[in-house]
Amino acid sequence: MAQAAAIAQDDHHYTSTGLPSWKVGFWTFIGSECLFFASLISTYMVYKGRSVVGPYPEEILNIPLTSVSTFVLLMSSLAMVLALDAVQRGSKKLSLVWLGGVVLLGSAFLGFQVYEFSHFVHEGLTIGTNVFGSSFFVLTGFHGAHVTGGVIWMITLWVLAARGKLKPADALKVEIAGLYWHFVDIVWIVIFTLVYLIQ
Amino acid sequence: MSTEVLDGHGQGQGGHASRGTYWAIGGILTLITAAEVTIFYIPAMAPVLVPLLLVLSATKFLLVVMFFMHLKFDSPVFSGVFLAGLVLASFMTVALILLYQVLPNYQVMG
Repeated sequence: MAQAAAIAQDDHHYTSTGLPSWKVGFWTFIGSECLFFASLISTYMVYKGRSVVGPYPEEILNIPLTSVSTFVLLMSSLAMVLALDAVQRGSKKLSLVWLGGVVLLGSAFLGFQVYEFSHFVHEGLTIGTNVFGSSFFVLTGFHGAHVTGGVIWMITLWVLAARGKLKPADALKVEIAGLYWHFVDIVWIVIFTLVYLIQ
Repeated sequence: MSTEVLDGHGQGQGGHASRGTYWAIGGILTLITAAEVTIFYIPAMAPVLVPLLLVLSATKFLLVVMFFMHLKFDSPVFSGVFLAGLVLASFMTVALILLYQVLPNYQVMG
């Protein structure tokens, strides 16, 4: 199976370094995304403790709930690598199971975020209430938008797998989708620590 | 924990860890997250809370990047491209915090 994948991999475009151009391009995109999220996290840090009206972070952030959603997103990353492994081995059944797992866990994470946002609005914290609300909703909202994009991407891969169009030769497609998903995960690891735990 | 490295599928397609390693990393990530939340609720940990949380968070970050994103096994070119963005992002974060959080606390002498 690995030999079949090796032959099929030759269909991909390679850069002069011998590396697949899609993968080089995607790692470059991830590098630029680091700067994007760093600017949002920096903004949150700069405005930390400068709100003149409440609700304040320590009054409203729900650590137990966010801990569970963090665990859910971490487990979705585990499901993602297992999905890639299944595609590389040519197991359609396991590919469907693990890609479906990523979709379900990613959707569950988004469900937690929707609940959190609606709870905050109910408590009087909106994007215009104070600088905490502005920087918090922009940062976590953009992260949620990235997760949403990732879930849609995973659904398309699941449909391809279900139709039998995700062969070991297509493993690079799944690997690149996985890189995106894991990147979204590591951004949340940073947000969980800096925004939720270090108040 | 075995780190069985499979053969790559061609240039730039570095080997990956074994399934057992992936499950082990998933378990370690869960334990670290549980540890983070536990120390958050222990008042005695308050003096060392921030450095401890930063170390635990960095450990989780590294585990995901090295094993789930395969940088441990892949071409160093990918690590370089990623690190370039990460280092620039870190400099920008430090610069912005210095400019807007730290320096305004010092009055201009003169």
